[in-house]
Amino acid sequence: MTATRNVKGLLGTKLGMTQVWDENNKLIPVTVVQADSNVVTQLRNAEKDGYTAVQIGFGQIDPRKVTKPLAGHFEKAGVTPRRHVVELRTADAESYELGQQLSVEVFEAGQKIDVVGTTKGKGFAGVMKRHGFHGVGASHGAHKNHRKPGSIGGASTPSRVFKGLKMAGRMGAARHTTMNLTVHAVDAEKSLLLIKGAVPGARGSVVLVRTAVKGA
Amino acid sequence: MNILDSIDAASLRNDVPDFRPGDTLKVHVNIIEGKNSRVQVFQGFVVGRQGAGVRETFTVRKVSFGVGVERTFPVHSPIIEKIEVVTRGDVRRAKLYYMRALRGKAAKIKEKRDFGNAK
Repeated sequence: MTATRNVKGLLGTKLGMTQVWDENNKLIPVTVVQADSNVVTQLRNAEKDGYTAVQIGFGQIDPRKVTKPLAGHFEKAGVTPRRHVVELRTADAESYELGQQLSVEVFEAGQKIDVVGTTKGKGFAGVMKRHGFHGVGASHGAHKNHRKPGSIGGASTPSRVFKGLKMAGRMGAARHTTMNLTVHAVDAEKSLLLIKGAVPGARGSVVLVRTAVKGA
Repeated sequence: MNILDSIDAASLRNDVPDFRPGDTLKVHVNIIEGKNSRVQVFQGFVVGRQGAGVRETFTVRKVSFGVGVERTFPVHSPIIEKIEVVTRGDVRRAKLYYMRALRGKAAKIKEKRDFGNAK
């Protein structure tokens, strides 16, 4: 399967949220993402790999920590080793060059984007927090089961609990994509993207910003 | 902590006068109606200030035709044309919520008398 769309993407560090006023004096909540030091580390083409894609590296790493095979991979691209590497399936992979620096200017203000990140870990969470169950009444004789899920199925038929039933458990620290966010502003000088709204992950975590998959 | 200070710095205003809870202010608000814009003055006393940095807000209360009206503004909001401090109030609270329950003569704030030694 070959990609038919032109996808642009960058890796960045989530710096945090703040607020800015737009030209209509409306207050806009923005997440600031720093997307510096992005380079093209490999190009995939249809003949050799069966698909077209561009591989992007981002982030500093101590050269002593890089394994020899990885060091060779980065050397082939003529770049210093990066900590994070991601591949983007895109139809226009030929338009990139190996070792090319990618600046935040691949995005422009007003553009729709998706942001992929790892959400904050919430630990072992109950069903109300984890799945949005409504719980049990606070009064009317409810006894010690205010935040419990209630029934989890039948009795002798089926005499088991179905697989995948929503229950309490580990929540968060999972990959999540927030779709159709808007780029509010691009600061090329400081390599910053101001994205309207919230983005998955804690401050300092690495996120992938790419052009929106869905939506107009 | 203050990684985003450089971004906030662009939104901060430096023409905000020093005012405290209990002070009477004239807030000149820019109102845009279609194409025209005009300035409306909201005069009242400061109930309190909340937050810090670019997201700091203050609440102004006035009694209009017998009805109490409170309006909260971001301190650095661009819709504020200017802020005038009319009088300084002498109050002992940071939040003057108790003023909402008071009417008439009791709902007055003593004006601050600045003597040389009193700071």
